[in-house]
Amino acid sequence: MAVPSYAGPLERAWYYGFRAICVLIFIFLITPILVIVPLSFNVEPYFSFTEGMLTLDPDAYSLKWYQDFFTSDRWQESIKNSVIVAFFSTILSTGLGTVAALGLSRSELPYKGIIMGLLISPMIVPLIIAAAGMFFFYSALGISNSYLGLILAHTALGTPFVVITVTATLSNFDTTLIKAGASLGATPTYTFFKVTMPLIMTGVISGALFALMTSFDEVVVAIFIAGVEQRTMPMQMWAGIREQISPTILAVATLLVAMSIIMLTTVEILRRRSDKIRGIS
Amino acid sequence: MAITVDSTGDLSPEEQKRLKGDLSRSLRQKKIRAILLVAPLVAFILVTFIFPIGNMLVRSVDNPQVHTYMPNVTEALKSWDGQELPDETIYAALAKDLIEGRKAKTIGKAATRLNYEKSGMRSLITGTARKHKKIVAPYKESLIGIKKKWGDIDTWKIIKKTGSPVTGSFFINAFDMVESPDGEISFAPEKQQIYLKLFWRTVWMSLLITFMTVLLGYPVSFLLASLPMKTANILMILVLLPFWTSLLVRTSSWIALLQTEGILNDLLVWLGVISNEARVQMIYNAIGTVVAMTHILLPFMILPLYSVMKTVPPSYVRAARSLGATNWTAFWRVYVPQTVPGVSAGAILVFILSIGYYITPALVGGESGRFIGNMIAYHMQKSLNWGLAAALGVMLLVMVLAIFALYSRVVGDNKVKLG
Repeated sequence: MAVPSYAGPLERAWYYGFRAICVLIFIFLITPILVIVPLSFNVEPYFSFTEGMLTLDPDAYSLKWYQDFFTSDRWQESIKNSVIVAFFSTILSTGLGTVAALGLSRSELPYKGIIMGLLISPMIVPLIIAAAGMFFFYSALGISNSYLGLILAHTALGTPFVVITVTATLSNFDTTLIKAGASLGATPTYTFFKVTMPLIMTGVISGALFALMTSFDEVVVAIFIAGVEQRTMPMQMWAGIREQISPTILAVATLLVAMSIIMLTTVEILRRRSDKIRGIS
Repeated sequence: MAITVDSTGDLSPEEQKRLKGDLSRSLRQKKIRAILLVAPLVAFILVTFIFPIGNMLVRSVDNPQVHTYMPNVTEALKSWDGQELPDETIYAALAKDLIEGRKAKTIGKAATRLNYEKSGMRSLITGTARKHKKIVAPYKESLIGIKKKWGDIDTWKIIKKTGSPVTGSFFINAFDMVESPDGEISFAPEKQQIYLKLFWRTVWMSLLITFMTVLLGYPVSFLLASLPMKTANILMILVLLPFWTSLLVRTSSWIALLQTEGILNDLLVWLGVISNEARVQMIYNAIGTVVAMTHILLPFMILPLYSVMKTVPPSYVRAARSLGATNWTAFWRVYVPQTVPGVSAGAILVFILSIGYYITPALVGGESGRFIGNMIAYHMQKSLNWGLAAALGVMLLVMVLAIFALYSRVVGDNKVKLG
């Protein structure tokens, strides 16, 4: 969309004005993500740039908040908990979600609308309501304040993403491939692992990453149903921001941004690969 | 089995029947297989997600405390007509409940529940129970002697009303109304109205946030959709990175940016726009909530909008231009109407997510930027008035589901897209 050569001065002004507005919006989007990176190296316990930082004085920068993060038992414990919970809930939600998506994409399934609505409800219902409900119910079952309770809760919250991404991949899936497999004498299981699985793998993996991120970032339900023993990283951050906000939070935040960059890159690579396989782009 | 055809070329009636039977059997098998695939997740979601929420919905009308922990007086009051003070048998039942409840240490629960109906009830009951040694027959005299309020007919009306196992009182409370001991319902005095105001604030702030995301999301999506694929993909990173970044990270960086000693204020002071003494309070109030939430929810607007805009053929706008429309007319009358599905999908999504928010308003909202979610959390964790929390939750849930129903009608369930 370049300026055409016949454009008048007004159009030209509008063209550049529009670009300028967009640049400002992009700055609004990205600044909060970028700004925490240098701040996490601040030697002072402030949330703002000191004069030394602006003049690039090396003494104004330090790694002490990272050191604090990596040596603090509480933070290390919370990472361990987050990894445990995220790992199991991702596996569970990916498995359950993928199988359900396979069923949902079959035309024979009755009441499809209702089932779909039910399955994506964890994404729609406000987290605070889910958290309150789970608090009562899981306490009654005796699984609140346990890893099991938290894993089940996070699994429920993660499945809609898997269902949506895998159904999307399956909607472009050519079912004649399965019939071709069958006509060539393959068993349904064999066809599934050799034909279907490789083709929907990209959707499964992006769904899994969404589920992983959901669990890794989830704090509302965790506050309500996890005990001190299961304190996850978002819970630790939440407590930190509410009580005394220390730059250690920013160090953690920077690490999380790095993690989200990795995730984002993976999902994008997968998406392109999937488009290529299906011959879209 | 082979299919036999008779001389006319048609299938014999038996054959037709058999084939139909085979067909429907095979269809049924396929159906069962599809159901079996979906069943595990449906069961899982029902047990871990839907039941808990249903259970909470029940709590909004459930009223077990007085009924369970003061059983005798609840039973005795059933025959009481509420015209004048109850007779000695009812007082005796109360005395029994108080003495037994004190021993079992359960009387406090009933007292707390009654206190939600009228403050002062807790101290009345626990205070009387503490003086259990003084409770002697005749009970009516003795109880009124301990606390004068036992001679007040309203006290009894409240106990009778709260003794019923099902109650609408949490909803009455959640709608900022009060119920008199005689059961008349009216709005609470203006100053004591909290929840409807909070609902209203949640709705209009969510609308404002939705509007802001449209305002900021539309130009960006337009630009992304009109740029060549390669450039658009690179710029898309600027949208997707915030989308993938932890909510708590984004919220804490807004604290760093907006607080009075934060970056934006420092910048404004340095530029000389404001003096060092007059730093602007941009966080821990409604502004903080709106700014941070607009940022957090903006990708949810841009992504659906962008995917719709990419499907709009540019030739329509060109055709309008060639037919003499001005740039503005071509844009407003030809382009914008084609992007309405994207705008409405994004707007409803942002609005639904927004009205249920809890974390961000709690961290950056202060007093004036709090949402209804924060009130639910408060009643869950601090005041422990779970019935009221449940009633507020039901109201919020009904609102969200109504909007979502609208969303599915506008967009269709299958078109929810991510990334």
